Amino acid sequence: MNALASSPSSDRRSPAEITLIAATYAIVGLMLVLPPVLVFTEALRSGLAAALASITDPDALSAIRLTLEMTAAAVIINTSFGVLAAWLLAKYRFPGRGVLVALIEIPISVSPVVAGLVWLLLFGTQGWWGEALNRIGVTIAFATPGILLATLFVTFPFVTRTLLPLMEQQGRDAEEAATLLGASFWRILWGVTLPEARWALLSGVLLTTARAMGEFGAVSVVSGHIPGLTETMPLHIETLYNGYQSVAAFSMAALLAIMAMATVGMRSLFEARMRREEPRKAETAGGGA
Amino acid sequence: MNLSTTLSPARGSAAPRAKGRRARDPLPGFRLALGATLLWLGLIVVLPLAALAVRPWQEGASAMLAALNDGRMFAALRVSFQSAVIAAILDLPLGLILAWALVRTRLPGRRVIDALIDLPFAIPTAVTGITLATLYSPQGWLGAPLSRLGISVAYSVTGIVAALMFVGLPFIVRSVEPVLRDLPPELEEAATLLGARPWQIVARVLTPVLLPALISGFGLAFARGIGEYGSVIFIAGNQPFRSEIAPLLVVVRLQEFDYAGATSIAFILLVASSACLAAVAMLRKRAARGLVAEGAA
Amino acid sequence: MSVLIENLARHVAGGKLVLDDVSLHVPDGAFVALVGPSGAGKTTLLRAIAGLDPASSGHVEIDGRAMEGLPPRERNVGFVFQNYALFRHLTVARNISFGLDVRPRTSRPSRAEIDAKVAELLALIQLPDLGDAYPQRLSGGQRQRVALARALATGPRLLLLDEPFGALDPMVRRAVRTWLRDLHDQLGLTTILVTHDQEEALDVADRLVVMQDGRIVQDADGETLDATPATPFVMEFLGETLRFPGVVSDGLFIPADAHVSPFSTNAAEGATEALIRPHEVTLRADAAGGAAKRVGRRGPLERLAVSLGERSVEIERPVEAPPSGPVALEIAQARLFQNGKPAVEGNHPWSDASAVLADVVPEPV
Repeated sequence: MNALASSPSSDRRSPAEITLIAATYAIVGLMLVLPPVLVFTEALRSGLAAALASITDPDALSAIRLTLEMTAAAVIINTSFGVLAAWLLAKYRFPGRGVLVALIEIPISVSPVVAGLVWLLLFGTQGWWGEALNRIGVTIAFATPGILLATLFVTFPFVTRTLLPLMEQQGRDAEEAATLLGASFWRILWGVTLPEARWALLSGVLLTTARAMGEFGAVSVVSGHIPGLTETMPLHIETLYNGYQSVAAFSMAALLAIMAMATVGMRSLFEARMRREEPRKAETAGGGA
Repeated sequence: MNLSTTLSPARGSAAPRAKGRRARDPLPGFRLALGATLLWLGLIVVLPLAALAVRPWQEGASAMLAALNDGRMFAALRVSFQSAVIAAILDLPLGLILAWALVRTRLPGRRVIDALIDLPFAIPTAVTGITLATLYSPQGWLGAPLSRLGISVAYSVTGIVAALMFVGLPFIVRSVEPVLRDLPPELEEAATLLGARPWQIVARVLTPVLLPALISGFGLAFARGIGEYGSVIFIAGNQPFRSEIAPLLVVVRLQEFDYAGATSIAFILLVASSACLAAVAMLRKRAARGLVAEGAA
Repeated sequence: MSVLIENLARHVAGGKLVLDDVSLHVPDGAFVALVGPSGAGKTTLLRAIAGLDPASSGHVEIDGRAMEGLPPRERNVGFVFQNYALFRHLTVARNISFGLDVRPRTSRPSRAEIDAKVAELLALIQLPDLGDAYPQRLSGGQRQRVALARALATGPRLLLLDEPFGALDPMVRRAVRTWLRDLHDQLGLTTILVTHDQEEALDVADRLVVMQDGRIVQDADGETLDATPATPFVMEFLGETLRFPGVVSDGLFIPADAHVSPFSTNAAEGATEALIRPHEVTLRADAAGGAAKRVGRRGPLERLAVSLGERSVEIERPVEAPPSGPVALEIAQARLFQNGKPAVEGNHPWSDASAVLADVVPEPV
């Protein structure tokens, strides 16, 4: 029998398999279980009341509100445009399509601080348009518009990336049938394409949400760190931690981690659901032949 | 509204017979979707990146050269690249073990472990940063026993590597896992029957097949590692020339209002990670082609 | 609704012509089948009529109205896709009513009218109780009928069907075919159907348009196609064909094979090929001929393999006593081709269907 893989016929695990399982538990335990356990232990070090008090502090509340606002705005904008971009790239073939696909992927490979820096180059005090805009009373850098732009950049590709493979696989038959029946563009998008891609869309939206909530580097560069004004939850965590307010920092970290993990957890559920629903093509053609 | 109705039926029937007419896609919405995509892509991605590409040259070549001739910058880039490489290399065996256990063993608690592997993707980097800094600090749960052994992790390059290992681990597992799953166990069984020993199976049968996936996972982890900021800065100690990572130096330069300096580092980081991801994409494409050819044969 | 197509061409990327100067007229009420091997351009032509594949040049007219620049949604043609393209997130009823639901409020029928229309169509496709089901739950034949009902809901007079029987099993096929023909007659539709199955086309359509490599090779009813095929390809595409190479000399076709009798013809002199169906021969006892043996039997017909020296051919005839000795083949009727074109006057593809087979007078031996 094979030393490296379990044989389905044998009930006993081989020594090699036991070693492998032990190593897995060790790695997972040390690298992946300890950190979240530590977050909650540190948060509750002075008791639940202290933890709750630190996340209901005015600056903390304002950070939570700003994070939720920025996340909502980024999700709405990037989802609206991301859906149109996925439609364009999935349903049409045209010159330059490959370039667009590559451009949409770029933000994934960009370091978070670079994603923040680029906005300062445009709107910072030494940026191209920063001063001009300042004179007419528009502030983007070190203010919420800058935070939103940085978040938009960082979460840019997710909706399109999750939708595109599925929408390509679906082909154009249903859309062509709909247009022959007289449906307009919006009707086709809303009534035909998106309902059939709903789980992928939801998954992309949740991924965007998780990343938008947790973004630190990019936002840190453009925010200006004004507590109560331009501090999001991750930035507030940094401020608290650097100010040796460990319990408060970890309480906030625990809240943010719960929010992000819940979002990601929901996404795994939907993705499992998506995999269960066979792709459109396989199904409608499945009659035989 | 609908762009493809701009030609009214009346004008359509009066129009001359189609001769050299540019064929338009019958599915409505092309121009609207193209316009929206170009606008969104232009404003959010192309414009800022254009600024990044143009800005370093704006103050003249001499300013650019001055910015490049900066020992602290090279030290920071070296720290970033070195730590990213070491972390990705150390992640390779760990990721392989996890992927193997998930695919080929009856692992108790498989679903929980499967979910835990994505944890570094899910946890916000700032949370990771302060958590790892606390965990590996000299008084921390892992830092204390390690310091008794004479190993200090926090506030050094070792700390940076530890943080990047955490961040990079899922890339390796998720690259190797699908390939391993598609690999028929019969391959190993055949090798065993032919008299190969376990280490020979690993070296001669499995490694060649898994190599593209391992390289791809390595590339992804490395690309992420060189740009990583939030999970590193709390544990790194951030001493210039020693444990200061390149992304942090970008922030430092910005705080000094040295845009040219910040931009040149950012540019190098962008080029390095883009090149790395492009190489991974190419490798994947080639591997996919190879598999297709194999299946057809 | 009549359809007129003039000089339609379509290039695809790489300059390949998928439609090459196609002209076609389908009068009101006709049932026409586009047939040909895959890649012949049948589906492309159908999609060009619907406006789904824009043509590079040429002209399409439906009911006397030019279609250039008119998007598919304004053409009001019923189209049934090969894989049906049902909306799987909508019930059968909502699939059928889709074309009515998407109309602007001003021209949309009332809810009650739409529901009545759906009920009527469900009855028409004989699925009255499946309105609330989702397409995934239906069998292939049921999906096919739902797709048809959906296409008919907006009241188009022109119905375009792309391989509508392709995904059905043989038992269902025949029933759906008959039903479709009845529907066409009952509703007074004009129907164009794409299929690669010539028997299906012969069964259901009044007229067959045979396509090959983006061109229309022949456009005629089944009888004409069989009697006077325009090219050997048409002949072979429509059924099993035996080919006999030979030469015409002094008013005689002289086959190259051994044991095949020559026959007289008015074709021009030169290399000629005679194409026949397997039953268009008789056997004659001939001591110098080739061996014949029964290789199969179906109903009242039997198949015999006849050795012609170099090769053997399989012919078909009513079952009778096996030949007692060697035989020679006598060709009863044949279509003669020279350089791939019909060799005999009156054997021209565009001539009237009244043209008859090139009568063959066996030469007295």
